[in-house]
Amino acid sequence: MRQVACGATVGWKTGGMTHAATFFDEMLSGAEGARDPYKVYYDWFENEDLKRLRRKSVDAETFFRKIGITFNVYGQEEADERLIPFDIVPRIIAAREWAKLERGIEQRVRAINAFLYDIYHGQEILRAGRIPRTLISGNEAFCPEMIGVNPPGGVYTHICGVDLVRTGEDDFYVLEDNVRTPSGVSYMLENRETMLQMFPELFTQLKVRPVSSYPQTLRRSLSASAPGSSPNAAPVIAVLTPGIHNSAYFEHAFLADQMGAELVESHDLQIVDGRVAMRTTQGYQTIDVLYRRVDDDYLDPLTFNPDSLLGVPGIMDVYRAGNITIANAPGTGIADDKALYSYLPDIIEFYTGEQAILKNVPTWRCSEPDALSYVLSNLKDLVVKEVHGSGGYGMLVGPAASKKEIAAFEAKLRAKPANYIAQPTLSLSTVPILSKSGLAPRHVDLRPFVLVSPNKVEITPGGLTRVALKKGSLVVNSSQGGGTKDTWVLGD
Amino acid sequence: MMLGKTAGGLFWMFRYLERAENTARLLEAGWRIALTRSSNSESEWKSIVTTAGMNIGFEAKHDTYNAANVINYLLRDKENPSSVMETLNQARANARLVRTALSSEVWEATNECWMAIKDELARPVSERNLHDVLAAIRYRTSVVRGALHGTMLRNDIFSFSQLGTFIERADNTARILDVKYYVLLPSAAYVGSNVDNAQWEVILRSVSAELSFRWLHGGTVSPMMIADFLILDRRMPRSLAFCYQEIDECLKQLQEEYGTRQPCRDKADAICARMRGHSIEGIFQEGLHEFLGEFIKSTTGLASAIEENFRYYG
Repeated sequence: MRQVACGATVGWKTGGMTHAATFFDEMLSGAEGARDPYKVYYDWFENEDLKRLRRKSVDAETFFRKIGITFNVYGQEEADERLIPFDIVPRIIAAREWAKLERGIEQRVRAINAFLYDIYHGQEILRAGRIPRTLISGNEAFCPEMIGVNPPGGVYTHICGVDLVRTGEDDFYVLEDNVRTPSGVSYMLENRETMLQMFPELFTQLKVRPVSSYPQTLRRSLSASAPGSSPNAAPVIAVLTPGIHNSAYFEHAFLADQMGAELVESHDLQIVDGRVAMRTTQGYQTIDVLYRRVDDDYLDPLTFNPDSLLGVPGIMDVYRAGNITIANAPGTGIADDKALYSYLPDIIEFYTGEQAILKNVPTWRCSEPDALSYVLSNLKDLVVKEVHGSGGYGMLVGPAASKKEIAAFEAKLRAKPANYIAQPTLSLSTVPILSKSGLAPRHVDLRPFVLVSPNKVEITPGGLTRVALKKGSLVVNSSQGGGTKDTWVLGD
Repeated sequence: MMLGKTAGGLFWMFRYLERAENTARLLEAGWRIALTRSSNSESEWKSIVTTAGMNIGFEAKHDTYNAANVINYLLRDKENPSSVMETLNQARANARLVRTALSSEVWEATNECWMAIKDELARPVSERNLHDVLAAIRYRTSVVRGALHGTMLRNDIFSFSQLGTFIERADNTARILDVKYYVLLPSAAYVGSNVDNAQWEVILRSVSAELSFRWLHGGTVSPMMIADFLILDRRMPRSLAFCYQEIDECLKQLQEEYGTRQPCRDKADAICARMRGHSIEGIFQEGLHEFLGEFIKSTTGLASAIEENFRYYG
């Protein structure tokens, strides 16, 4: 038997400190070997030649480069297009584990849509005093232009990418809801394609639930939210991208292609006869659903950002008149605010009358003086994030930071406390990756993709598993050196 | 239905691919002449750069026309927007822009072409490895063309791709002829010196037609025959007549698919008619240089009419 550098207890060193921490490894339990969902895989792995597997890793990279799954890193001119490293060891989730996640995610996403409707209409939740008014009125993610607007089909968040982390057998936490323009779904799909090509024998032994129908489901789901007033026989969908220099351009092109939708930039669009239309070789064609992968600010220069050269002047008027579906709806960012996140359990209870199925990570709101003083005196143990941040930028991971980095962050925090929240450093679960010497545990998170249409919520089994490739690292973001894994949800 | 932007992206993607290939061909022809002829290789190199239309940029940067300078300027100079590498960068950027319109094989062939050539051109190219580099460029661009022909639907996507290819090719052949027209003129031909034979050879080689010309015409070579071959012979895939036959076909397809006749078709018809109405003798009488100048101008005019009629940009 090959030596496996993996167990329940892992000592790790960061920033000159030694932590003896216990992490939950999803594949191996110290005493019993492979856990249930991994048993078949682990037997297979043990009989594989390590050299052959490493060659497969190289093959996978060549394959990704060839098809051009790359992303651009902001602020790195030379490395204009980079590959997200792919690890060939799958992350496996048992059917019953997934069933619970699915229920929890659906509950959450329904509550968020109810909350968004409420916050842009009657604001019952504020009147009931369940969340403070200042959190909404003073929030730059709140979009006054959306007040009183009814999105076609009543859907605000057509596509969500809920980030989950795990700390134990039954302990899943929601880290972020990502209800603006979550990315990564193309990796979920291409990772699976790659694994199917490389290890067909595993798929005959294990019942892995397929993910490949995502683009068709997305198309159907978006079509179901199209405005009823459309002159087109069937809803016309377009994907709006900021262009080929955007970090997720590959994904925009990929999704448009897979859905059979046009990929447009704002300069392809114009308002014609009160509807949004795209310039084709034969004149203008009306669009019913715009799956936009641009921020609110770049949607309509007339409404949001007069300095912007991007965007479609007047699109918000068309939207308010109910003549186009924008997915996701403008103004959903308020639900992504990290200070608001801490109220999610209350929000779920308020709109569904149920307790939240999935746990929230305990969160200190630095706008509150008591919380702030606690955070300031415990920076080295906490993770501090900007309330509007994403992508792993502008955050502090206390245990991994140097004294100097902590001091610099402290200054920023004191200057604008309301801009930050803090959370305990979670003992994220690990899943082994294929390292030079065999399996080695690395921290992971999971982003399942959720599609919301007027009559249902559909969650693709699995999602994108991101993995921190550096030993001991807790940051899984691709912009910060993270990689991905294929995620297998097993059938019953 | 196709976005105007997509039509423009396809058109330019294939223009740039064609341009990269043509530059490589021209360089190959020039290099061969420089190798096989002992005297004054500097003027040979200069003639290549002039034919490629890059002499102004070149002279701004280099004092002498020698192999190393010319090879690297034409192949990989970042400041030369027409260098093979910069052209392939543009081709790939356009391919990314229109990715949803391409079959995965065409996209992958384009991407692999770019990756492979980028790798080849990462370091200065010497005469020692020039042959391999040029062969790689020809091979990689051929794979893209093969994928296009083997895997794409014959719809508007294909038509715009082909329009880009043949507009660029027609322009390229006409420019080569125009830069060299003086060696084809009767007065120059009477000189009958080796210099002129070599110049004809460059012309034929730069459009990879040296052997096919010999096949068709045996050992007889006259300036008028070469001009006829490159201008009016429809069997020759880089001749002006051939290019326009293809352009006409694409515009006809688009008219059928869209059910509208666009003004650019009239322009193309007029150019085709002019060529049909001419014999090579007539062209020489009218003046080869004048004919080519007029041709280049009307091809540019046709390209902008296509751009406008099919709303590439607005």
